[in-house]
Amino acid sequence: MDFSALDPLALIVSLIIAATPLVLAATGELVVEKSGVLNLGVEGMMIMGAVIGFIVSVEIGNPVLGFAGAALASAALALIFGFLTQVLLSNQVATGLALTLFGLGLAALLGQSYTGIRPPSTGDVFPEALSTVPVIGPLLFSYDWVVYFALIMVGAVWWFLNKTRGGLILRAVGEGHDAAHALGYRVVAIRMAAIAFGGALAGMGGAYLSLVRVPQWSEGMTAGIGWIALAIVVFASWKPGRVILGAWLFGGVTILQLNIQAANLNILGILALALAGVAVVMLLVQIRSLTRHKVIQIVMVFSFALLALVLALSWPDFRLDSAYLSMTPYLTTIIVLVALSGDKTRRALNAPASLGRVFHASA
Amino acid sequence: MTLFKSLGLAAALSMSAAVVSADGHDPLSVGFIYVGPVGDYGWSYQHDQGRLAVEEHFGDAVETSFVESVPEGDSERVIRRMAQEGADLIFTTSFGYMTPTNRVAAQFPDTYFEHATGYQRADNVSTYSGRFYEGRTVQGILAGHMTESNIIGYIASFPIPEVIRGINAAYLAAKEVNPDVEFRIVWVSTWFDPGKEADAANTLIEQGADVIMQHTDSTAPMTIAEATWEGLAEGETGVYAFGQASDMMEFGPTARLSSIIDDWAPYYIERVQAALDGTWESEDAWHGLDEGMTSIGAFNANIPADVRKEAMDAAIQISGGTRHSFTGPINWQNGEVWLEEGETADDGTLLGMNRYVEGIEGTVPN
Repeated sequence: MDFSALDPLALIVSLIIAATPLVLAATGELVVEKSGVLNLGVEGMMIMGAVIGFIVSVEIGNPVLGFAGAALASAALALIFGFLTQVLLSNQVATGLALTLFGLGLAALLGQSYTGIRPPSTGDVFPEALSTVPVIGPLLFSYDWVVYFALIMVGAVWWFLNKTRGGLILRAVGEGHDAAHALGYRVVAIRMAAIAFGGALAGMGGAYLSLVRVPQWSEGMTAGIGWIALAIVVFASWKPGRVILGAWLFGGVTILQLNIQAANLNILGILALALAGVAVVMLLVQIRSLTRHKVIQIVMVFSFALLALVLALSWPDFRLDSAYLSMTPYLTTIIVLVALSGDKTRRALNAPASLGRVFHASA
Repeated sequence: MTLFKSLGLAAALSMSAAVVSADGHDPLSVGFIYVGPVGDYGWSYQHDQGRLAVEEHFGDAVETSFVESVPEGDSERVIRRMAQEGADLIFTTSFGYMTPTNRVAAQFPDTYFEHATGYQRADNVSTYSGRFYEGRTVQGILAGHMTESNIIGYIASFPIPEVIRGINAAYLAAKEVNPDVEFRIVWVSTWFDPGKEADAANTLIEQGADVIMQHTDSTAPMTIAEATWEGLAEGETGVYAFGQASDMMEFGPTARLSSIIDDWAPYYIERVQAALDGTWESEDAWHGLDEGMTSIGAFNANIPADVRKEAMDAAIQISGGTRHSFTGPINWQNGEVWLEEGETADDGTLLGMNRYVEGIEGTVPN
């Protein structure tokens, strides 16, 4: 098997770019959920960001303003959700779904006359001299500003949630809104701020899709990525660091899968290799708690069994259903994050205690 | 998410279905189901252009409706809903709608169904499709001549005969004009996902492809190809691509070599007329360059005159019936003989094509 066609550096660079919309949207949603609100409208906010970011960039000719516009527009859209769920006390799940529908429809309408146009390009931050330094150059210095911004946001969110008083209050509101209210915190105002923040980041994620990754406006172009962002938040057990891990895993396996095909490599062999690699990493991470958490053991045994089954079924000529291939990014991400969420400080119960519950200040 | 979008549209549909024309006669209700958004500027867009042509042609005599972005796995519900709302003629326009269409058709014997690109028919189910592979032959000739790296990237959707047929036809034509040509095929398992299609195009370009072909519905691969032309020095060339299903000219003014354009309007008008006249019968229509259901878009100005002529001649010969995209000798990938010298493929083999021809590397996912 000829692996020379796979350039690991190029792979990493493409995966980081492919994962950026996910990192942004999932980080925003994480803050929203930490405040105790479940906003299922990520997909709608992302497509809104994609179209508004595109329109602003094209009309003004400045992609930075495009991203700003996308953040504002999606935050505004999120505030509609906030008003309905926090002030009018509507059901969060239903309202979130409605937000997705509304966003997709409105974006299609707004973008009608913007198909077939090229947006102004978002250049790299660092000069070419720096990004062409061997290995470190492409790896660290070859991205546009949004990639760095996304990573900084993840760090900032982690710092805010864990190291500041404001973050403590936000988490308190998410864990027990009645108690927080009794202590005198303005639950609704705090949640509205979190919802707007989540919307803004989702919007930027969407704009990254239409301004950098594709770059064009196309109706329905988010194609379900908002739902993946939602899933990543849950499987990352509401930890910012793991959101990055989840997003990169998803992006990484997607990109790897495409490269394997384009390079005509034996898909199954590499898949087996990748899964084995993932399993080893899981083992290393889980070694302490392996004996205590049955669920993880079962998940791991199950994934090995699945792999063995696939290998056995396809012996001797490795042919793999394309459905399995497309499944791998989702499967790997879920398996790894589920396994990680199993250690003793987390469990499934790491979800904010007031998540999705309606708050009504009765006293 | 597409599911919810289609739900919403289905709800809107149910409200509009109650309208009756002014003179008291119920207009013929014609429904369309699309796999992507009507604004994909590819496959679904072209079907919707066909729907609009029906509206314009028949005016008040018909009433059309559509549901877009219907996932194939969830289509039965949407098709049944449309039949329940009183549609008289329903066009379902993606391969994966085949079984659901036939299942619903069995429950609504008085409703006419037309399924695009499938092969299952019933008394009230017709099938229709374009011979897109004829266009692929023309593309293959252009791609084989225009590639400098001799690597042609192909973004494929699902491993169904229609897609495999296109790959084989393009490969055979490219190989004939350029024996060194090599195909890199990426299966993306989606009809419409601009992000994924863009990633696939980028991957193929990184792997050395300088001509991209696609059998997916969005304009993202064309956009990526066009981006490679930015900031090039005089005399350098970027990556070429082909418009798929729709012309896609505006998405790649420099990169677009040509395109395969699907024109469904004449067929839709003909079938709606038949339904109005009461002469509708279950049929299998498979039209190519000759009837115009498949046509070739304008050629890029960068194509040298002799190549242009060669491709044009091929199109004219195919259209005139003097050339077939699959003319022997052709072997299957494993070396097994398929067509002897001078033999041409029969439609049965073409419709069931599930493997590559000799020379293509890689395996068809099953």
